[in-house]
Amino acid sequence: MAIADNLRGQKRAAMTGNEAVAYGMKQIEPDVVAAYPITPQTDIVEKFSSYVADGEVDTEFVTVESEHSAMSATVGAAAAGVRAMTATSSNGLAFMWEVVYIASGSRLPIVMPVVNRALSGPINIHCDHSDTMGTRDSGWIQLYSESAQEAYDNLIQAVRIAEHPDVRLPVMVMQDGFITSHGMENLNVLEDDLVKKFIGTFKSENPLLQVNKPTTFGPLDLQDFYFEHKRQQVEGMEHAKKVIVDIAKEYEELTGRQYSYFESYRLDDAEVAIVVLSSTAGTTKVVVDELREQGLKVGLLKPRVLRPFPAEEYADALKHLKAVAVMDRSETFSTNGGPVFSELRSAMFELEERPLMTNYIFGLGGRDIWTKDIKGVYEDLFEIAKTGQVKNKVNYLGVRD
Amino acid sequence: MANLKEMATRESRLTGGHRLCSGCGAPVVVKQILAGTKKPVVVGAATGCLEVGTTIYPYTAWKTPFIHSAFENSAATMSGVETAYRAMKKKGAIEEDVKFVVFAGDGGSYDIGFQSLSGAMERGHNLVYVVYDNEAYMNTGVQRSSSTPLGAATTTSPAGKKMAAKSRPKKDLTSIMVAHNIPYVAQVSPSHWSDTVRKAEKAFEQDGPAFINAMSPCPLGWPHEADQTIELAKLAVDTCYWPLFEVENGEWRLTYKPKKKRPLTDWLELQGRFKHLFKPENKHIIDQLQASVDQKWEALLDKTGRK
Repeated sequence: MAIADNLRGQKRAAMTGNEAVAYGMKQIEPDVVAAYPITPQTDIVEKFSSYVADGEVDTEFVTVESEHSAMSATVGAAAAGVRAMTATSSNGLAFMWEVVYIASGSRLPIVMPVVNRALSGPINIHCDHSDTMGTRDSGWIQLYSESAQEAYDNLIQAVRIAEHPDVRLPVMVMQDGFITSHGMENLNVLEDDLVKKFIGTFKSENPLLQVNKPTTFGPLDLQDFYFEHKRQQVEGMEHAKKVIVDIAKEYEELTGRQYSYFESYRLDDAEVAIVVLSSTAGTTKVVVDELREQGLKVGLLKPRVLRPFPAEEYADALKHLKAVAVMDRSETFSTNGGPVFSELRSAMFELEERPLMTNYIFGLGGRDIWTKDIKGVYEDLFEIAKTGQVKNKVNYLGVRD
Repeated sequence: MANLKEMATRESRLTGGHRLCSGCGAPVVVKQILAGTKKPVVVGAATGCLEVGTTIYPYTAWKTPFIHSAFENSAATMSGVETAYRAMKKKGAIEEDVKFVVFAGDGGSYDIGFQSLSGAMERGHNLVYVVYDNEAYMNTGVQRSSSTPLGAATTTSPAGKKMAAKSRPKKDLTSIMVAHNIPYVAQVSPSHWSDTVRKAEKAFEQDGPAFINAMSPCPLGWPHEADQTIELAKLAVDTCYWPLFEVENGEWRLTYKPKKKRPLTDWLELQGRFKHLFKPENKHIIDQLQASVDQKWEALLDKTGRK
């Protein structure tokens, strides 16, 4: 890792996505981290362990015996009243599942980097989004990152979002397994003191470790109150919409880097567009630029915030298009399209005039996606726009039939 | 150790008004264990009768910080709380000397929470883990666990026409905890309150993890009359089915030796779950149970130098 000096409290550094996240965690310096290694997240726990071993952080690191215990210990620490983090991937997230819901249901502001990897079975260690798509209804805020830079930036912002008194919900920060997590990238990182100042100190409202004011955490919540508590959880998510934008603005003032619910790339005057998450959005930008050179009005929308789901904003950004292709790196097995497609398509329902929409499932289990594949999608979109017909609602891209 | 008179004047950290069954062993165990420290204590619980019966929102029977998160993760959850405490202590964010204790049933400890328990013990967290062992999944209506003894009838190991209830012996969790080489492991019974309180005191004062396995009769599941709880707990000890001992830094010590070892049938015959064993065709199961008790008791006498 080489860090060069730069102006305005930032440094230029060469890091992998995992290193960038571990570095961000070092700067956040949570009181407690409880984590378990899993490919391709392992570098994060290794790197963080070395920060602990070298005394570069004051964090108490709990080397748990499983992801289930990682999330459980993180829940315990966050309930106790301190800043607590963990990190995982794939089956690790699946193993945490039960406690993932307990974290959000208990309104604990935990931040968790997730390195996206295909779920078993069959076992596969490479990137797709089946792991975090499964947890999209778990009550966590979900931020997806295209690059190591975004994973770092999202992580720092996630602390503020999670701990905001109007939100108090846990946040997952995603990056693509291997593609981003192991790819070396130049990025800007903040000076430690600027991160510390930006995130501030955490003050728990009702810490368990308040011996003079005993509080019961995790009570049995039956027909008479459970529903109200879930309704309040939704309210936290509703508040998160505003908080995410406010914090992004503050972060932009600090770093010059702009964030919102999504990134629009050459979208305003586009006729057709692709919607795709994370690293594939980077590949798509290359294709957009190439096709634009040829005079084709193509654009891209890259979602960053999937939970909460800012449906109106998404619809507003896409409403002027003739045709939209949503590319999903995971399946729902509903036979009705991938998760992002289904939600986005539903978000368009209120529009009086809607773009035609189609879905491409791609890249499962780390299957490469090429610029030629993406060009093909744009070609299909122009055909749809021309004929007014969507031949296939759900398409499979790059798979042998 | 404080005497009974003094202990009776202390405010109980588990109040009355909870909704556990009358005659339930669990709250008796909890009160005796919590009598083992005057210091502030954070209580954790696994999903189960104790948690369900004491924390129905918006009420709580706990006058001390309490946390429950799930069934199988009470040890991991408390390890996070205890770690947070160390982080706070280091930064001067908390002044009090706080103790940490988990109460979990046999299902949450012998079975589904076994890994979480083992992990927390191995990592050396400064917490006391207490099992209230009623030998089955009582909260869900009496299903067999790996703590259910051989021959005991439960709803998932019924005494049927072809099978005479549970066909496998009880798992020896206390020995497994001894094998973790933690500073303190003990077995207790609510019938012997002073032994329990003294062991709890020791457990709370260890620098590192401590494990206590407590016999906890269940009027609903064993089943027995509500006023027989302490009698049955005492019989478990006097038949040597549930010996009282401790293992402190690897040293085994018998803390109570019955004057007269009573036959196991004295304990079995008061419980509905063993009723079928008294049919002539099941006599061999009683013989097996008695032989197992005898063999384990002899081995324990050997380990504790009391032979």
